[in-house]
Amino acid sequence: MSANPVALTVFLVLFFATAGLGFYAAKMKAVNLSDIGQWGLGGRSFGTLIAWFLLGGDIYTAYTFVAVPALVAGAGATGFFAVPFTILMYPVLFVVMPRLWSVAHKHGYVTAADFVRGRFGSRGLALAVAATGIVATIPYIALQLMGMQIVFAGIGLNFTLNLPVIGAFHDLPLLVAFLVLAIYTYHSGLHGTAMISVVKGILVYVAVLAAVIVIPIELGGYGKIFAAANPATLLLGHGTANNLGPQFSFASLSLGSALALWLYPHSITGVFSSSSRSVLKRNAFLLPSFTFALALIALLGVMAVAVGVKGMPEYAEGYRIFGNNFAIPALFLHSFSPWFAGLAFAAIGVGALVPAAIMSISCGNLFTRNIYKEFIAPDCTPAAESKVAKIMSLATKLAALVFVVALQSSYAINLQLLGGIWICQTLPSVMLALYTPRQLNAPGLLLGWLAGMVAGTWMAVALQFKGAVYSLELFGFTIPCYAAIVALLLNIAIAYVVSFLARTVSNAPLRDETAAEDYL
Amino acid sequence: MDEKTKKRGFHPVYLLLIVPFIALLWVPFYNRIEPQIFGIPFFYWYQTVWTFLGTACTIPVYLYEERKGK
Repeated sequence: MSANPVALTVFLVLFFATAGLGFYAAKMKAVNLSDIGQWGLGGRSFGTLIAWFLLGGDIYTAYTFVAVPALVAGAGATGFFAVPFTILMYPVLFVVMPRLWSVAHKHGYVTAADFVRGRFGSRGLALAVAATGIVATIPYIALQLMGMQIVFAGIGLNFTLNLPVIGAFHDLPLLVAFLVLAIYTYHSGLHGTAMISVVKGILVYVAVLAAVIVIPIELGGYGKIFAAANPATLLLGHGTANNLGPQFSFASLSLGSALALWLYPHSITGVFSSSSRSVLKRNAFLLPSFTFALALIALLGVMAVAVGVKGMPEYAEGYRIFGNNFAIPALFLHSFSPWFAGLAFAAIGVGALVPAAIMSISCGNLFTRNIYKEFIAPDCTPAAESKVAKIMSLATKLAALVFVVALQSSYAINLQLLGGIWICQTLPSVMLALYTPRQLNAPGLLLGWLAGMVAGTWMAVALQFKGAVYSLELFGFTIPCYAAIVALLLNIAIAYVVSFLARTVSNAPLRDETAAEDYL
Repeated sequence: MDEKTKKRGFHPVYLLLIVPFIALLWVPFYNRIEPQIFGIPFFYWYQTVWTFLGTACTIPVYLYEERKGK
């Protein structure tokens, strides 16, 4: 992958100017970044428009720009499950999240685990929710690092360093991605990130709209593009008499991902940073404009096949290292003039930087509030709290780095699906708890969570972390289902049954610090 | 649903929020090539169009809630 000087220059200027804007914005706002409510929640101040950019920048990640089109390019129709996923998550946002926002606003909760602790008075359950949030986000950050790594490598920053002692070091793009993210997050916090998510939104729309107009013209229309696609994977396969087949797994991946999304710490940070319930409700019908962009990007996966970038010698090295995850960078390099390719690469790079920053900020918040202050140093000062949050956000990025190196998955999307299996197990404690205070209690939720985590992880291990659709065998019937859903059903069943039993054996009073009107 | 929710009453407009789930999770309905638009198979354009239809389902519910001052 040799560098085109024009593309490289445009990329470097745009990417680093945008990241620099993040530092600058944080400084200009004159906010006290030593206060966790400012560094970590932007002071709960964002109105409809900024929340639209911030949530859009937060939710549409390297998953959208790299992983989904890669799956469409490599596996066809299956990859399109991301479209129903990112449509169905909005009714969930509309109905559920305003309730969580209200109770968090009333009681000053910063994380989902804060709410769980207040609702059930259980430090143990809050710890489970906090730890799950961190563990589930690490592979998601890994996906962002991988996205940046692919962009840096594709634009030509891939020379080998010969280091003393260690020897030849090939992973320079990954190292650069990590350092940019680490330095950026430490200095800017959420205010700076809100600012650069505006730039991200603009860059992404410009790049995507250009791609879906220019490339079909070059190729002679959408008819020719789909004619070139592999007919075997153009649609989903059909099930048989005793196997529900790929159509069922498609639906289960959509639904499971839609349920998981708002439970992620970075989504909750985005939600809590909004200034009112109405901001969230309006965004439930404004944010799908980003889903439209996601659908167009997924179509780029089909275009990559029609153009045939995979067989071109100049992209052979990229495909050798990154597999189909290289499809969109290769398509951009092939189809755009160098300066515009530089811009499109900057869109992907910033597109991964924004969510990775919010994800690691959220993990920092979780660790500090629900583990450090709760169990280690209850009397720490706000400045110490902010310091620990920053150090922990760095630690989660390091863990994500290990993930990228250890699990060079053929499809980056599996990293996100793995996180989804885990985070879904907090749904009863966080979402169902918003509605049913009496039917659920800490012992039931804790046991349900445990069962879901064990079952989900067991299925992921059985799939060797290379997929997320587990084939359930029931009475000679095969149900291929997203492991997150299977584990969640088990979790919910156990949570309600054990909660019921716990209620009958013990008359311990509820330790719920919230009141019904706090949710409205 | 707890008692609080029942007291507030259920308005049929909320059923609109279920429509996208039916339309998109019943995969056999749209797992087909025809009818195509501009050479794009049904499977692909149907889901893409739903990014707008999903919004169209949410807006009436939003307007209802705003009017009720919730």
